[in-house]
Amino acid sequence: MLRGIGYTQAFFTLLLRDLKIAVRHRGDIFNPLLFFIMVVTLFPLGIGPEPQMLARIAPGVIWVAALLASMLSLERLFKADFSDGSLEQMLLSPQPLSLMVLAKVLAHWLLTGVPLIIMAPLLGLLLNLETQSYAALIATLVLGTPVLSLLGAIGVALTVGLRKGGVLLSLLILPLYIPVLIFATSAIDAAGMNLPYDGQLAIIGAMLAGSLTLAPFAIGASLRVSTN
Amino acid sequence: MVQQTTANALISVHDLTCIREERILFDALAFSVNSGDILQIEGPNGAGKTSLLRILAGLSRPYAGRVCYLGQDIGRCRDEYNQDLLYLGHLPGVKSELTATENLHFNLRLNGYVDFDTAGILGQVNLTGFEDALAGHLSAGQHRRTALARLWHTQSKVWILDEPFTAIDKKGVEQLERLLLAHADNGGCVILTTHQDMNQITDSRLTKIRLDYRFD
Amino acid sequence: MWKWLHPYADPQRAYRLSERLQPWFTLLALMFICVGTVWGLAFAPSDYQQGDSYRIIFIHVPAASMSMAAYMGMATAAFVGLVWQIKLADWAAAAIAPIGAVITFIALFTGAAWGKPMWGTWWVWDARLTSELILLFLYLGVISLYASFEDKVVAARAAGILTLVGVINIPIIKYSVEWWSSLHQPSTIRITEESTMAPEMLYPLLINILGFGFMIGAITLVRFKAEILARNGMRPWVRELATATGAK
Repeated sequence: MLRGIGYTQAFFTLLLRDLKIAVRHRGDIFNPLLFFIMVVTLFPLGIGPEPQMLARIAPGVIWVAALLASMLSLERLFKADFSDGSLEQMLLSPQPLSLMVLAKVLAHWLLTGVPLIIMAPLLGLLLNLETQSYAALIATLVLGTPVLSLLGAIGVALTVGLRKGGVLLSLLILPLYIPVLIFATSAIDAAGMNLPYDGQLAIIGAMLAGSLTLAPFAIGASLRVSTN
Repeated sequence: MVQQTTANALISVHDLTCIREERILFDALAFSVNSGDILQIEGPNGAGKTSLLRILAGLSRPYAGRVCYLGQDIGRCRDEYNQDLLYLGHLPGVKSELTATENLHFNLRLNGYVDFDTAGILGQVNLTGFEDALAGHLSAGQHRRTALARLWHTQSKVWILDEPFTAIDKKGVEQLERLLLAHADNGGCVILTTHQDMNQITDSRLTKIRLDYRFD
Repeated sequence: MWKWLHPYADPQRAYRLSERLQPWFTLLALMFICVGTVWGLAFAPSDYQQGDSYRIIFIHVPAASMSMAAYMGMATAAFVGLVWQIKLADWAAAAIAPIGAVITFIALFTGAAWGKPMWGTWWVWDARLTSELILLFLYLGVISLYASFEDKVVAARAAGILTLVGVINIPIIKYSVEWWSSLHQPSTIRITEESTMAPEMLYPLLINILGFGFMIGAITLVRFKAEILARNGMRPWVRELATATGAK
C-alpha cells in the first residue's frame, strides 16, 4: 500500500500504456505515414517530372507533407482519452499534469514522428533530392518534428472537446508551424549548395528547447479548459 | 439540510454559482462535508448534479464561489487535494484496448500506488476469470466494475461518485453500498448522485442536498 | 493588491464607464483621422520616386501598426482574464479580436493595392506583408476557436490560451519571415523607410496612427458593451436596461 512513485515512474507508466494501446491499434500508426507518402507522390504528378525542378522543390514538399501528416495524426492524441474519461482521471491524478502531457506527446512522436523520419530519405529519392542534402533532411526532421508535435498538441488540447475540431485545428496550429518550416527547408537548401547549415539547426534546436519547456504547461492548461 | 460551514470540514463550499449556456444551475450554494458523511445530491435531470460534482472535483471551474479542501481553496492545493480525492464520473476511464488487469494497474499507478494485488482487487468486484479479457469485450456491468475496482484499494478520503450504481447488479450494489459505509466509518466521506434506492445506506446515515431545475 | 480594481470588475459599472468613455474616443478618433488623412492626402508633398501612389501609406502604416497593437491589447486582456479570472478582461479580449482581424485585413489590402503601382503585381511575398498575413491567420484562429464553444466562459479561456501562445510565437514568426525574405530576395524591397521620411510626411502619418488607435478604442468599447450585455442577459439590470430602451 505504499504511495510514492517517482516522476520518472509515472512518466514511463503513461508512456508504456500509450505505446501498448497504439500497438494494439496499429492502423493509427500507418495512416498518417501513408498520407505523407501520398502527398509527396502527388507533386511530381502535378508539376511534371523534370529532375531539376523536383530537386529544387523537394525540401519544401517533404517538409510541407510532414507538417500536414503530423497535424493529421495529432488529431487523435487526446481524443480517445477524452471520450472514455481517462483524461479526467489524468487531470485528477496527483502526478504533475505537464509531465503526463509530455509522456503522451513523446509516445505520439515515437509512433508517428520516428516512422516519418525513417521514411523521409525514400521520398527524397523519389524527388531527386541532392545527395548532400540527406543528412540535413534527417537532422531537421529529428529536431523539427518534436516541435511540431508539441505545438500541435496545444491546438489539439484546445479542440478536443469540440465535435468538429478537425478543420479548426489546422487554422490554429499551421501558423505556429511556419518558423520550423522556414528554417528546416532553408537548412536543406543550404546543404544542397554545400553551404553550412548548423545555424538553422541551432535555431530549430532552440525552438525545440523552448517548446519542450513551455508547451507542456500550455497543453495542460488547455486540457483543463477542454474538460470543463 | 444545508449545514454551517466549518473550518475543519473536509470539503466546504462557499457561495457556489454555476452558469451553463447562460442558464443559472445553482446560485449561492453553501455546505460542508465532514469525515464520516455520505452526501447525496438529488434532483431531476438537468438540475446540475453532474456539474456540481465536477466542480467539487476541481474539473470545472465555478462561475463564482469557491470549494475548499481542509479550509484551502482547491485551486491552490491541487496536488494535495488530488492525493486525497477519488472521482468517478459518467465516463469510467477504462481503456477498451487494455485488459481489466492492465486498466486497474494503470489507474492505481497513476495515483501513486505501488505494490498491490490486482487479481485480489478484481476478485472483490467479481471479475475473477476476466482478468486478462480486453475491457472492450466485457459487458457494461463488468466494464463499470473495472472502473470501480480501485475503490477497494484507494487511500483517498474524499470520494466523489457520479451514478456509481449504473449497470451494476443487485448484489454488486449491496457490496458497493457496504464499502461506502465502511469508508465513511473509517473517517472518509462520500459525495454521490444516484437515481437508485439504496438499501444498506439508510436515510438516517445519509445527508441530502436537493438541486431543482430552475426556469429563470 | 487588486482590490482597487474590484469596483470596476462589476459588469454594470464597467458598462456605465464604457458608455461614458465612448463619445470621447469617437470624437478624438474622428478628429485625428480627419486631420491626418486630409493633411496626408492633400497637403503632404508627393514622393520624388513614387509620385502620389505612396499616399496609401497614410492608411497602410496606421493599420499595420495598429494590427499588432490590437493583438497585444487582446493578449494583455486574455492574460488578465486567465490569471486573475476577471471575466471583464475575457469579454474585452473577445471584443477586440474581430476588430484586430479587420484592421489586419485593411493593412493587407492596402499593402497589396500599393504593390500594384510599385511592383506591377498585387501580391509580393514581402516580409511585412507575409507577417501581416500570418497575423491575420492567428486572429482568425482565435475568433473561430471562440465561436466554436457554446459556453462562452470556456470559450474565452480557450481563446485566451491560444492568444498567449500566439503572442509568444509572433516575434519568432516575424523574425523567421524577415530572415526568410532576406534569403530569397537579396535586394530587399522595403515598403516604407520611416527613418528617412520628411517631417511633413511623418506628422500626418503619426496623427493618423493616433487616430486609428482611438478608432479601435471606440469600436472596442461598442463591442465590449454588447459583450457585457450578451453575457449578463439573465441579470436584472440588463433586463431593466432593455425595457427602458424598449419603452423609448
